[in-house]
Amino acid sequence: MSKFSDLTRLPDARGHFGPYGGRFVSETLSFALEDLDKTYARLRDDPDFQAEFDHDLAHYVGRPSPLYHAARWSERLGGAQVWLKREDLNHTGAHKVNNTIGQALLAKKSGKPRVIAETGAGQHGVATATVAARLGLRCDVYMGAEDVERQKLNVYRMRLLGANVIPVESGTRTLKDAMNEALRDWVTNVDDTFYIIGTVAGPHPYPMLVRDFNSVVGREARRQSVEEFGRLPDALIACVGGGSNAMGLFYPFVEDDEVVMYGVEAGGDGVATGRHAAPLASNAPRGVLHGNRTYLMSDEGGQVSDTHSISAGLDYPGVGPEHALWKDVGRVNYVAANDDAVLEAFRELTHVEGIMPALESAHALAHAKVLAPTMRPDQHIVVNLSGRGDKDILTVAKLDGIEL
Amino acid sequence: MNRIDQRFAALKAEGRRALIPYITGGDPAPEYTVGFMHALVRAGADVIELGVPFSDPMADGPVIQKACERALKHHVRLTHLLEMVRDFRREDGETPVVLMGYLNPVERMGLETFADQARDAGVDGVLLVDLPPEEADLMGPVLKERGLASIFLVAPTTSSARAATICAHGEGYLYYVSLKGVTGGAAVDAADVAEHLAPLREMTDLPLCVGFGIRDGAAAAEVGRVADGVIVGSALVNRIADNADRPEAIPAALEAVLGEMRQALDA
Repeated sequence: MSKFSDLTRLPDARGHFGPYGGRFVSETLSFALEDLDKTYARLRDDPDFQAEFDHDLAHYVGRPSPLYHAARWSERLGGAQVWLKREDLNHTGAHKVNNTIGQALLAKKSGKPRVIAETGAGQHGVATATVAARLGLRCDVYMGAEDVERQKLNVYRMRLLGANVIPVESGTRTLKDAMNEALRDWVTNVDDTFYIIGTVAGPHPYPMLVRDFNSVVGREARRQSVEEFGRLPDALIACVGGGSNAMGLFYPFVEDDEVVMYGVEAGGDGVATGRHAAPLASNAPRGVLHGNRTYLMSDEGGQVSDTHSISAGLDYPGVGPEHALWKDVGRVNYVAANDDAVLEAFRELTHVEGIMPALESAHALAHAKVLAPTMRPDQHIVVNLSGRGDKDILTVAKLDGIEL
Repeated sequence: MNRIDQRFAALKAEGRRALIPYITGGDPAPEYTVGFMHALVRAGADVIELGVPFSDPMADGPVIQKACERALKHHVRLTHLLEMVRDFRREDGETPVVLMGYLNPVERMGLETFADQARDAGVDGVLLVDLPPEEADLMGPVLKERGLASIFLVAPTTSSARAATICAHGEGYLYYVSLKGVTGGAAVDAADVAEHLAPLREMTDLPLCVGFGIRDGAAAAEVGRVADGVIVGSALVNRIADNADRPEAIPAALEAVLGEMRQALDA
């Protein structure tokens, strides 16, 4: 019997994960969220809906994604065997598409002709633009102006896919401001627009449904672990910004008490410097932003803090409410990896295994470098390689002083 | 009886409509706010909604976003807003003041600390845009114990079941959001407003006040025919923005805009 069984029964009917989560939105959106909640409640156990979702994941996304034994890297680290859950091999190059496929099906069922999304690194925007193209839906993607600059390749990808990318100039010009602007759009166009949120945050029911759609990652990893090394892994590692890839990997293991889990946040210049995006690892105060209560980086006066990370996708001051609860009950260990350690892991995996990870995913790899040497060679770590690194080539080249 | 209830009772007795201006506290700089509040009263304000600046004002359009940015540049925080209300009360003990904003600054201060200080400063009501009644089970009683009204929004999209819940929890007045969108959006449609207010009248005795999209006297008068009060924000904040580099001109500019609405409303 797991001491964590209660966790699988959350959220409650009002979308609360213990003291976190909820639905903190202006009144105009309440009906749309109630409506989405009802639609999803009806469809989540509908075999036809599930069959359509599974079919798309198999034939459009290319699932299951492999569980790859990084043998050379494991040997170099000199400890546990490191396995990479290859979400980078999905269509569009990241785990994000699992969720956008699911939400686009919901959009289709609710008959709305337009979808909107927020994006940081651009992976969720690309995944949304992709499914919108396939379903013939109009698509607008909000992206912080700073992120538009540092993720140019993904911006152009989205435009090629027929999406309209709207740079957001307000606030800190990053992911949180993109989400503010998407919420403003939604409140204005709620009748004909479906908001595809890209992470396990936002108002209920988003954290739950994004979790459910991404949980295919953990279900596969569980089965593949047993096939590959005959038992469940000793440890799981995933990066955490809002936390959708970590949630997807961790959730199906939540009752397996023997599986230790590490969520790796963006340490930026170091948690002690204040220039980071690690609300859990830095033990930030509780707060409310974007519709949910969670750990939230904010100042004494409750103003949301500027964040810093080398990776646009993790540059967010809050975190999904279910992660907040998992921190409090001790189910997952939340740590931070600094920008320099992340870059080192990015280069090392590229050199040793010929796999170029996204800078987001390289946070998880940076922690694998810390953890693996403390373990025995007969132990196993599964790392979620949540996305591929092509989009980050310009960022890394710039750090190397090369203009491409 | 709370100042808000007193004011609406008096208006009802006179057969007049409430005029409720909104400005963001600390915009364009904190030292001007109290003077602006007195100017609004001179121009005929019945209730003042004082906006608490927030870094992420998700329900607001660009006009009020920029007002928040101007105030935050001066590091204006909720504690400063409470000082402003305290200052205002030295000369004005009658005009009700409602703090309007987002939940996070209040939570960060602590509900009880906030409520104590708000009462002591002379605040009469609190409207938190991202706190629907379902999530207000902690906040509601804390405010009520101190005689502070919890004011809630009703939107065109609100179902009748939700409207009943909101009416049951609401105090002071109901803030009917006249359109789907953010503040400073499209112009109000009075016929549409009338249609939505009718069922609310059957559910509650609370005064029904309408905000969003009321830009001039004509719109105020039109809405005033069907509502108990009109709320005007972006039209005033625009005057502050236009004169941000010469704040001494702002009180007269605010009085001109609000005075025209007062006249139209009373005509």
